[in-house]
Amino acid sequence: APPKAIPKTIENQRVYDETTVDPNDEEVAFDEATDEFAPYFNRQTVPKILITTSDRPRGRTVRFCEQLSSVIPNSHVYYRRGLALKRIIPQCIARDFTDLMVINEDRKIPNGLVLSHLPDGPTAHFRMSSVRLRKEIKPTEHAPEVILNNFTTRLGHSIGRMFASLFPHDPQFIGRQVATFHNQRDYIFFRFHRYIFKSEKKVGIQELGPRFTLKLMSLQKGTFDSKFGEYEWIHKRREMDTSRRKFHL
Amino acid sequence: RTKTQNFCRNEYNLTGLCNRSSCPLANSQYATIREEKGRCYLYMKVIERAPFPRRLWERVLLSKNYEKALEEIDENLIYWPRFLRHKCKQRFTKITQYLIRIRKLTLKRQRKLVPLRRKIERREKRREEKALIAAQLDNAIEKELLERLKQDTYGDIYNFPIHAFDKALQQQDAESESESEAEKEEDDEDMDKREFVEADDSDLSDFEDMDKLETSSEEEQEEEEEVEEKASHSKSKGKTPLKGPARRKRPYIEIEYEEETEPTTKTK
Repeated sequence: APPKAIPKTIENQRVYDETTVDPNDEEVAFDEATDEFAPYFNRQTVPKILITTSDRPRGRTVRFCEQLSSVIPNSHVYYRRGLALKRIIPQCIARDFTDLMVINEDRKIPNGLVLSHLPDGPTAHFRMSSVRLRKEIKPTEHAPEVILNNFTTRLGHSIGRMFASLFPHDPQFIGRQVATFHNQRDYIFFRFHRYIFKSEKKVGIQELGPRFTLKLMSLQKGTFDSKFGEYEWIHKRREMDTSRRKFHL
Repeated sequence: RTKTQNFCRNEYNLTGLCNRSSCPLANSQYATIREEKGRCYLYMKVIERAPFPRRLWERVLLSKNYEKALEEIDENLIYWPRFLRHKCKQRFTKITQYLIRIRKLTLKRQRKLVPLRRKIERREKRREEKALIAAQLDNAIEKELLERLKQDTYGDIYNFPIHAFDKALQQQDAESESESEAEKEEDDEDMDKREFVEADDSDLSDFEDMDKLETSSEEEQEEEEEVEEKASHSKSKGKTPLKGPARRKRPYIEIEYEEETEPTTKTK
């Protein structure tokens, strides 16, 4: 009988992306040492995050913001009463915030996320979908661990570092909490779990905390600026959505 | 159309309503205010120019200054019926007000509406679902956690005396020696560690050294135990909305805790 064939999945057939990061790549390592996240990875800055929404947030969005802030340690939620982003940014920098998250909402559900690293860092705009709020169990205040899965290309790498810079460096293992950003076919799934090791080969996870999926729309070099900013990457629908096997993250 | 009045579609109309007195077609002497690109003009029509349609409407630029413009209207429409003059000034006032508002708004942030496209939206949604299924998040997370455990990122918090387990199944004496050694070696006080240690020792409460070690670790970690109990209870309250695999594991976890607490209370 013929040997069992390996089933073809989209991940197998994925068009090879030339910007895939090789773990031993020197250039990449050098880039990472000198890019905007260097102070974070060198432990010079402690992450402090400001979460806010677009104007007039509705119930679900408000609750989602609160839950997000409980997931990410050292984060604060501020409501925006018609304040221009451009004016908020210098204020944030003055008050020592490292990251700014703006949750955009549409018809009472959050559907967009703008994440910008503050002292002049890159700004990423995501489309958010399938947001599920938390049910009952609350995470504790320990710093969670971070898992970043499948961020292979250069772009994915920089986005992954962006996510990593949201969380404090030393996860408190006592808390046994883990926040996962899993990239699959250009969709980033966020989950928040509590784990427990039952034996050496078995771990149990319990989902707590909100969950949502993100799709990267654009990445800008500087802080948020829609007119004059320099875009490092934009999702162009016509060009990039043509092939089913080509992914960018 | 309201119940009593119609709207006039003529662009030179002064009030916007279709009346005998405010129709530019019906009156041979007429005046209007219209604005173009932010500047206001006074348009006038007189009988003398009725046969010359091209030269019919005479246009006068009004000054940007509100009061001066009002004066200009007055001097241009001198000797004209009061109704036209009054309505012209009213219209001019309204126009300037809305121009001011426009200028103010453009300075503030403006909301740009980007239309969603249904087809694309549906496509994205479907792709997301498929990606979710392909991702198998739980498995991936579990694998990652186990790998981290293997690579010792957690240090010595978790103690899995597999060898001790095996020996426990075979012989109890040999097992007790090796376990006591294991305990003395791994002498960090952390909660999870304590779980496994005591589970092993549940059979061997006779051994003196082990009792000493147990009691010492108990005293230090009684509080932690209670905290853990509370944690397990709080987990039990939130039991129902959990997913399937977690649900399977939860009763298992609770039993573990129960076993541990019972022997400690007995030994007390």
